[in-house]
Amino acid sequence: MDVTIALFLIQDGIINGAIYALLAVALVLVFAVTRVILIPQGEFVTFAGLSLAAMETGSVPGAVWLLLVLAAAAAAMDAGAALRERSPAKAVRLAAWNLVPAIAIAAAVLAMVPLQLGLGVNIVLCAALIVPMGPYLYRVAFQPLADASVLVLLIASVGAHLALTALGLVLFGAEGYRTSPVVSGSFQIGPLFVTGQSLLVVGATLALLAGLALFFGRTLIGKALMASAINRRGARLVGIPTMLSGRIAFAMAAAIGVVSAVLVAPLTTLYYDSGFIIGLKGFVAAIIGGLGAYPAAVAAALAVGLLEAFSSFWASAFKEVIVFASILPVLLWRSLTSTHGDEED
Amino acid sequence: MSALLEVGDLSVNYGRVEAVRAVSLAVQSGEIATVIGANGAGKTSLLAAIMGLLPSRGRVVFDGQDLARVPAEERVAMGISLVPEQRDLFGTMSVADNLALGAFRRGRAEIPARLERVYALFPRLEERHRQEAGTLSGGERQMLAMGRALMARPRLLMLDEPSLGLAPLIVRDILQTVSELRDEGVSILLVEQNARAALRIADHGYVMELGAATMRGPAGELAADPRVAEIYLGAAHGMA
Ligand SMILES: Nc1ncnc2c1ncn2[C@@H]1O[C@H](COP(=O)(O)OP(=O)(O)O)[C@@H](O)[C@H]1O
Ligand SMILES: [Mg+2]
Repeated sequence: MDVTIALFLIQDGIINGAIYALLAVALVLVFAVTRVILIPQGEFVTFAGLSLAAMETGSVPGAVWLLLVLAAAAAAMDAGAALRERSPAKAVRLAAWNLVPAIAIAAAVLAMVPLQLGLGVNIVLCAALIVPMGPYLYRVAFQPLADASVLVLLIASVGAHLALTALGLVLFGAEGYRTSPVVSGSFQIGPLFVTGQSLLVVGATLALLAGLALFFGRTLIGKALMASAINRRGARLVGIPTMLSGRIAFAMAAAIGVVSAVLVAPLTTLYYDSGFIIGLKGFVAAIIGGLGAYPAAVAAALAVGLLEAFSSFWASAFKEVIVFASILPVLLWRSLTSTHGDEED
Repeated sequence: MSALLEVGDLSVNYGRVEAVRAVSLAVQSGEIATVIGANGAGKTSLLAAIMGLLPSRGRVVFDGQDLARVPAEERVAMGISLVPEQRDLFGTMSVADNLALGAFRRGRAEIPARLERVYALFPRLEERHRQEAGTLSGGERQMLAMGRALMARPRLLMLDEPSLGLAPLIVRDILQTVSELRDEGVSILLVEQNARAALRIADHGYVMELGAATMRGPAGELAADPRVAEIYLGAAHGMA
């Protein structure tokens, strides 16, 4: 291996690491607020990526129907809960509150996609499609279990992942797609070719991480999310609705998924089921980082990206195995040194 | 005068254990009502049920409104705040952030004025406003829990054993602050094992035993009642 190859692998590792960092941060965020280990985070990425690819060719992405189905399910559950309280007016209001935005978004997508208005518009439409899926998914799959154990929530999470993957096959087909890069062109720094897209990956990741730090450090709503994670009962006692915290956390995770998709879809071909492997690497990073701390998760994600890049050079057949196996020594070390138990009392 | 808080036949169960049995009580506007009782009498469960944190049977009426279908978070917005026995602070956040979150339902604009008021009541909190809540001393944690509750500008402040684990001098300061709050118009429901100290500042009192409210009356009368004196005041020998 010479310096050029090493630099190339490092570049590759950093790009992958940046994507994993986004996924890991989304997982840490969702886990902290809701105790859900969000296996379907990868689906947000693939669904956003495949939607972008579809819109690029002027065809309406299947995600539109998924959005409507999720909205209808959330509306039915909210209305059902209100009817059990015998307040039909509230049932109607909640159903409308769930359905109206989804229908408006679907209408906008159906109307605008065939016009092929360009990448910028497509990204906005894609975000409008995918981001609300987060809160809907929370409402449908996790809110009814809000007081359940981490294990039960994990099982629900695996169930949601399997259901979404199956829907993905129906909605997007088995074929893989890649989008055109947001930033085209490349240039040379010393011996290294750097593509515009890879600079965008690193830049956008850093910007998003900085934005999250500001959100949690400076805004009252960000602090409220953090408070729900630190002490659920304390959060309720100051009037923070924990359901709302859950919905916001899931919306943020879905938004991070959209950003990841915009960054990664031009670099790798995405299939309906690619989300699992992508998400799993973010998961490995989040676990190595301890599922609790953002900077640790980001550092671990970079390490995972680099490990993947170098193992694909030395032992490409085993690169996934090596990445996933790296979690074992960390878990072992953690279980030996861990002193504190579950966060709940 | 109609009561600000009216609790009727409230019961709480943990499985088959009945922790609160058909308790009825009222807190009048601008008064301190106290519930005294031994460890395990059901005081904490009673407050949690009034706050909406625990499922319960019976009636809770606040300012004329039945709270049966109102979740805890909305009760906060209506003007009820609880300072829980466990304090439930946000341990890894600063004192200032804990206080700011106390005003979550009031909005950003109200924070500076409320902060000024809380810092005037508890100057220690201002000195330590950057410190993490988890690193405060017991007395400071109690002040922060009270300050956080006051940030919501409650009309009814419920305190669960504010004297628990604190030195007598700090207990005196904290109860002094509670009477000041009453004088400003905040109605207070104070739960205490420290019966002597609680009855001294309260207007009305209830005695809770094994989940039931067994005695009630003006605080002075309760303090003079030989049964209360024997069970709850006798051992204290002029403490606090
Ligand atoms: N989470 C719980 N599960 C089961 N029993 C409980 C629980 N919390 C309290 N209890 C029981 O309910 C009774 C009343 O407890 P509590 O309300 O904490 O009383 P107090 O605050 O007066 O000490 C006690 O017998 C206690 O053991
Ligand atoms: Mg108690």
